[in-house]
Amino acid sequence: MSMETLSSGAGVPRAAATPDPDTFPKLVARNAMRLPRKVAIREKDYGIWQSYTWRDYLNEARLIALGLASLGFARGDKTAVVGDNRPPLYWAMLATQALGGVPVPLYQDSIETEMQYILDHAEARVAVVEDQEQVDKILRVKDQCPRLEYVVYDDPRGMRHYKDKGLVSLEELRARGRAFAEDHPGHYEAEVAKGRADDIAIICYTSGTTGQPKGAMLSHGNLIVTAANAIAREGLRASDEVLAYLPMAWVGDHMFSFAQSVVAGFTTNCPESAATVLENLKEIGPTYFFAPPRIWENLLTSVMIRVEDAWAPKRLMVHFFLGVARRVERRRLARRAVPVGDWLLHRLGWLLVYAPLTDNLGLRRIRIGYTAGEAIGPELFEFYRSLGINLKQLYGMTESSALVSIQQDSDVKLDTVGPPLPGVEVRISESGEVLYRSPGVFQGYYKNAEATRETLENGWVHSGDAGVFDTDGHLKIIDRAKDVGRLGDGTIFAPKYLENKLKFSPYIKEAVCVGHGRPFVAALVNIDLQSVGSWAERRNIAYTSYTDLAQKPEVYELVRQEVARVNGTLRDEAPLRGAQIRRFLLLHKELDPDDQEITRTRKVRRGFIAQKYAPLIDALYSDAEHAQVDALVTYEDGRTATVRAQVKIAGAEVFAAEGGR
Amino acid sequence: MSGAPGAGPLLEVDAISVSFGAVLALNRVSLAIARGEIVAIIGPNGAGKTTLLNVVSGFYHPSEGRILFDGTERTNLRPWEVAALGIARTFQNVALFKGMSVLDNIMTGRLVKMKGSILLEAIYWGPAMKQEMAHRAAVERIIDFLEIEAIRKTPAGRLPYGLQKRVELARALAAEPTLLLLDEPMAGMNVEEKEDMCRFILDVHDEFGTTIALIEHDMSVVMDISDRVVALDYGRKIADGPPHAVRTDRVVLDAYLGVAHA
Repeated sequence: MSMETLSSGAGVPRAAATPDPDTFPKLVARNAMRLPRKVAIREKDYGIWQSYTWRDYLNEARLIALGLASLGFARGDKTAVVGDNRPPLYWAMLATQALGGVPVPLYQDSIETEMQYILDHAEARVAVVEDQEQVDKILRVKDQCPRLEYVVYDDPRGMRHYKDKGLVSLEELRARGRAFAEDHPGHYEAEVAKGRADDIAIICYTSGTTGQPKGAMLSHGNLIVTAANAIAREGLRASDEVLAYLPMAWVGDHMFSFAQSVVAGFTTNCPESAATVLENLKEIGPTYFFAPPRIWENLLTSVMIRVEDAWAPKRLMVHFFLGVARRVERRRLARRAVPVGDWLLHRLGWLLVYAPLTDNLGLRRIRIGYTAGEAIGPELFEFYRSLGINLKQLYGMTESSALVSIQQDSDVKLDTVGPPLPGVEVRISESGEVLYRSPGVFQGYYKNAEATRETLENGWVHSGDAGVFDTDGHLKIIDRAKDVGRLGDGTIFAPKYLENKLKFSPYIKEAVCVGHGRPFVAALVNIDLQSVGSWAERRNIAYTSYTDLAQKPEVYELVRQEVARVNGTLRDEAPLRGAQIRRFLLLHKELDPDDQEITRTRKVRRGFIAQKYAPLIDALYSDAEHAQVDALVTYEDGRTATVRAQVKIAGAEVFAAEGGR
Repeated sequence: MSGAPGAGPLLEVDAISVSFGAVLALNRVSLAIARGEIVAIIGPNGAGKTTLLNVVSGFYHPSEGRILFDGTERTNLRPWEVAALGIARTFQNVALFKGMSVLDNIMTGRLVKMKGSILLEAIYWGPAMKQEMAHRAAVERIIDFLEIEAIRKTPAGRLPYGLQKRVELARALAAEPTLLLLDEPMAGMNVEEKEDMCRFILDVHDEFGTTIALIEHDMSVVMDISDRVVALDYGRKIADGPPHAVRTDRVVLDAYLGVAHA
């Protein structure tokens, strides 16, 4: 066979034994027995962290389940769940599973049309939502979703005058549940007992970069076995704390804040609101923390801004010790001995800089930190590891119950995603695509046999990612298989690789590189309003709006230096040296999921951008110094408007191999 | 005509006049606000809208006429006495304690509700501690209600204008008023901030049954949220009725469009 196959732990049976207990409702019942007083989930409400034990978790879910049963909820029915991470919404998912139903979490910032598509496609019979905002959205599309009968809302604020049929408050639902329990004693337990490992536990709609979302069906067995394997390998325990702040509709949150929490018994913490996440992170100090590169970037940017604003001696001290940390970390990653001088400085740096800094970020207690979703910029990854945070890269997707491979504690590299997890087999196809099969492999896309056939072949999933194995058996993801291109002269062009380098700059929020079939690489750049704004303020540069700031000559000069820095780092990387960025422009608006330029998980939609900004891209490859752009923007309420702007185009310095320019 | 408390209008302003030197800011203005109403007060600049609010809240005393609150005459009360009655207000130009945190600013709104000895407060013991916790809980409910959790500990002076306005509303709500006077709550806001503020005002009205009188210039806002509109011009009341009737009223249009006044 010409294909490389790799699995972790030879002889691991692929179809792992059925787990026991075999469903989430049964696991929660077990937790309530074994760990009745252990805190299962916390939520900050009215300024105070409110705790719920595993016994509370079970009781709350039972009450909601009985309430749903009183509405006639039957096995196989679907419940849409929409809102920020809130304990009642997690309970509603468990309640649905307890009745043999399937929860379908939706992104809370979806606009109406997206919501309507999923509600209708999933045939949701009940929607459990957080508040008035979500109720309003659902009521407006309810007529197009004939199967949707009930909308249950948690927060009663502003709901007093709603008289719509089928609208039920969570409080009413609980009351109905209590009444139902009196007439049907033992109903909950009897329904839970009917559950089986191969029942569908959740349908996660993937916010694909192309086409309509697809609903990946994951069974209880998929999620429980995957969670348990990762728990064993990573050494997670009931005393761990995790912060649930990423969308509930994303399979990662479902794995970390629900599946693993239930299997291992650890505590999930729900922040007060989306705006208080960083503050809540500091208060909780999680021991187990996942963040996509974008969040790690935001954290770094927020620190660096404060460092730059600090008193000069402090600033110099921070920069000095961060430099030491980086040197030490580089040697460690390269498995070389650390010189005594640096070792001593590193210890001192821990006292003076690293410990206070990680404490301030809320990362001090982290035993295991993950990043995934996109390749992380090497500089960014190094930065956190150099502070002593056990940050590791993992790889996975919805179709694999979130996890395929994770780096091991003692064996972390900058540019890999580690070896496959126990029970997972990975191989690289002839075209360079990553394929895998595991007990976590999904049951197919809901009502989409064609897409299922395209993705799932004899139990192997086509990931759509281009990857290679390195000599140590680590998987390395280069880019999306379809995004890796070649310049006109045949030089390899991996856009994401360049974009990540650009995005390590605190001043650059998002970047899109183009170059496939072109003579050179060009970049469309989004500045970071927060940090460039504060940079401009320090220099007394007045601006009125994002668009205005982005077109300031001083800002162009600032970004030009950042682009040159990225080009400089490519100088020593032989295959990519030819793919330096020669021309760039600063976009007049931020790329926005509402405009379909990036997905809700902030992945760039290249095809769409290439089309939408075609005039800008053409201008980048002409001699023009300006380009005119008309862009349609979509507001959160669904209204649209056209924005016209004049965008400047600038060149950047490029470097030849060491020794000359 | 003072009836029993609980019956009749919540606030009755009976033919009040206020003058500053030779300027007659209010000229025998009468107005009644029923329990649970949202009344908008409109009028061109200098029409006497803010003066009317200032008279009701005890900053000015009328030279003639009387004010009845809950059926009892309350004409010449001082501002703190008015506040103790259950009337709270916000200001046209935000009036927050700029150096204090949002939380502390809202806490000051609870002052009218605080009782107890200075001594116990000072040592923060027994009933004083219990009271403090109850007040903090009330303030947290308001913070949650107005969705300002993220700025709880931010000094008020550092906030953008729209948020300062919201904090001011929070402080007014902290007094648990039966009548809330809002002086241009949406001035200087962008469309999104205005929509938010409208929603909050309606939510307050819904949730706490608060009677609200507000001064506002944006007619779309006025049409959207008020039950009744009162128009003032040159210190006189020129119209009083349902929003659509007042909007098409000839006299009101003239006042706004600036027909020459003889």
